[in-house]
Amino acid sequence: MPSLVTQFINLFAAVLLLLSFGLLAQRRVLSLIHLFTLQGLVLAASTTTMAYFTGQPHLYWSAAITLVLKVFLMPWLLHRMIERLNVRWDVETLINIPTTMLIGIVLVIFSFNLALPISGLSQSVARGTLGIALACVLLSFLMMITRTKAIPQVIGFLAMENALFFAATSATYGMPMVVELGIALDVLVALIILGVFMFQIREQFDSLDIRHLEKLKEE
Amino acid sequence: MEALLAILLIPLVGAAVLGLIGHQDRASEVNVAFSLATFIASAVLTIQIIADGPLLVLHEQFFVDSLNVFLVALTALVAFTTALFARPYMRIERDHGKMTPPRMRLFHSMYQLFSFTMLLALTTNNMGLLWVAMEAATLATVLLVAVYRTPASLEAAWKYFILCGVGIAQALFGTILLYLAAERVIGAEGRGLLWTYLDVAKGQLEPTVISLAFVFLLVGYGTKVGLAPLHNWLPDAHAEGPTPISAVLSGLLLNVALYAVLRCKVLTDGALGTRFAGDLMMGFGLLSVVLAAFFISRQRDIKRMFAYSSIEHMGLITFAFGMGGPIASFAGLLHMTVHSLVKSAIFFAVGHAAQKAGTQMMDQIRGLIRVNPTVGWGLMVGTLAILGMPPFGVFASEFLILTTAMREFPWTTPFLLLALGVAFAAVLSKVQPMVFGETTVRPLAHPPALVPVFVHLGLALLLGLYIPPYLEGWYQQAARLVAGG
Repeated sequence: MPSLVTQFINLFAAVLLLLSFGLLAQRRVLSLIHLFTLQGLVLAASTTTMAYFTGQPHLYWSAAITLVLKVFLMPWLLHRMIERLNVRWDVETLINIPTTMLIGIVLVIFSFNLALPISGLSQSVARGTLGIALACVLLSFLMMITRTKAIPQVIGFLAMENALFFAATSATYGMPMVVELGIALDVLVALIILGVFMFQIREQFDSLDIRHLEKLKEE
Repeated sequence: MEALLAILLIPLVGAAVLGLIGHQDRASEVNVAFSLATFIASAVLTIQIIADGPLLVLHEQFFVDSLNVFLVALTALVAFTTALFARPYMRIERDHGKMTPPRMRLFHSMYQLFSFTMLLALTTNNMGLLWVAMEAATLATVLLVAVYRTPASLEAAWKYFILCGVGIAQALFGTILLYLAAERVIGAEGRGLLWTYLDVAKGQLEPTVISLAFVFLLVGYGTKVGLAPLHNWLPDAHAEGPTPISAVLSGLLLNVALYAVLRCKVLTDGALGTRFAGDLMMGFGLLSVVLAAFFISRQRDIKRMFAYSSIEHMGLITFAFGMGGPIASFAGLLHMTVHSLVKSAIFFAVGHAAQKAGTQMMDQIRGLIRVNPTVGWGLMVGTLAILGMPPFGVFASEFLILTTAMREFPWTTPFLLLALGVAFAAVLSKVQPMVFGETTVRPLAHPPALVPVFVHLGLALLLGLYIPPYLEGWYQQAARLVAGG
């Protein structure tokens, strides 16, 4: 019988995985942002749980940063972005959702197998979730490949960072504080630069469709 | 210690200052001044390290040994000469209407920030901060690639951002795995990512975790090195951004990314005691060399062609480090130096050539030598140097790499020779008519800065003819660190 904390963390991990699949299949831009916010919230909750049960004080800080950054600041920036770009009600046409989901399931199985020998070595109470974290990374990766619009690609990028953060907290009780701060800063700057980019792309092409960005081909 | 702080703080202050005054006319000179100050500080640091040995300061967060000090000096030198080159180059771009004052400010400020991130990546002792600095280097350059706001440059920048972002995310996962392995040995007090601790404890790190971590780290940082098949962003970013950025991307950023791979390789070798890391690097390296050589022959844009040439050379260097051993590692380090000097010199000459002709298409650039002999000769001599003609330094390092490959991995020699031959024929046949022949180009409004070109080529020539004993000792020391002997 696994301890209570392990069960909690496993629950959060399962929700994260579910949300990753949700992001993969969701076609509405607005719902994508909601899902991303929810992911941040689950992440903050799981980090707080870890901090409480393991008594690692710096995890509280991580949780606080996650909450501020990923539940408030970034979704707010994204909302502002879609408002100003006027794409709030955009619906993307994804033709092959079932195929994408099947590939996603294969990726999950692959990640579990890859993480199996490593999970046994970790001392963390949440070691079993390393496979789920890796699966979430790969699912976000898949999302970035399958999307043709700029904003969903950016959300995929941010979701990937969420998954990596989860991997760090679950496998190792979090990276050293200075590294975590650096990563948070990088991601925030990345989001702002991507926002600037989207305005430039729209100005140039009158649309946010990445398919316009396929002119530079090998001859 | 003071020199190290100066190296990090000068470009950071420079970025802030130029963020305020970067649009003014004298900003180019300020940019040069900051780069020169950084270079002087790096020279002082180098002298100190040679005299006193490795330096470990600031709560053990910064570590300088003979391996990274040589890259610090090289980075500061090329950043300085590129700033010199950028002064007239960007003025001409402004006169052509491609750069506006706000864009000039962005360029100058981000240039200094980029120098800072690279120097931070090189000097940090923390593998996590190394990752943060590498990602920040991408962020600093991505807006510069798109600075002209043309459709092609926006596409190049988007690709650069997304591909490098995805790649570097893999490296973060690798870093997490590394920390997971280190925590068991070193403990969870936040020291588990410090390279000096990892280096001491590398023999006890769990092999399964480390080998998986290395795969992720190699794929992640390898994307930034431009290793095939993860190289797609590189030619676009080089071709569409301003030429000073192409020069520092090719000459410096690729080196820094490779440095990150090298640090990881040392740990992996220590933990596994097998050729696993070396074999992987040899495979990626060889693939890059061969693939890039064939792509070179199909290019029409001059900056794209030399970008593929960078992929080829980075592949060769990765291959050399993959072979391991003191001689190949020595050759790899030498090749890193001369490639970075020669390739940035070529980009300087190419930049002015493209400005004269008003295009980057090679078939429309003709007879450079008539209008401006120095640009023409700079391009010609640089091309010969990068293709490995003696007596330049590239010849010496390629010769060492090839002979080691023949002795230890004979099956790879035909591939290497074929690739080098194809690249040689392709590049020379394209550059030759651009330099000689009837002219289509016109003179420039500002006198081009060609001192950096000839300084770089002169240094590369010097390294080919004669490596001073202290420099040789330094290379050998660094090679021993990499080879783990």
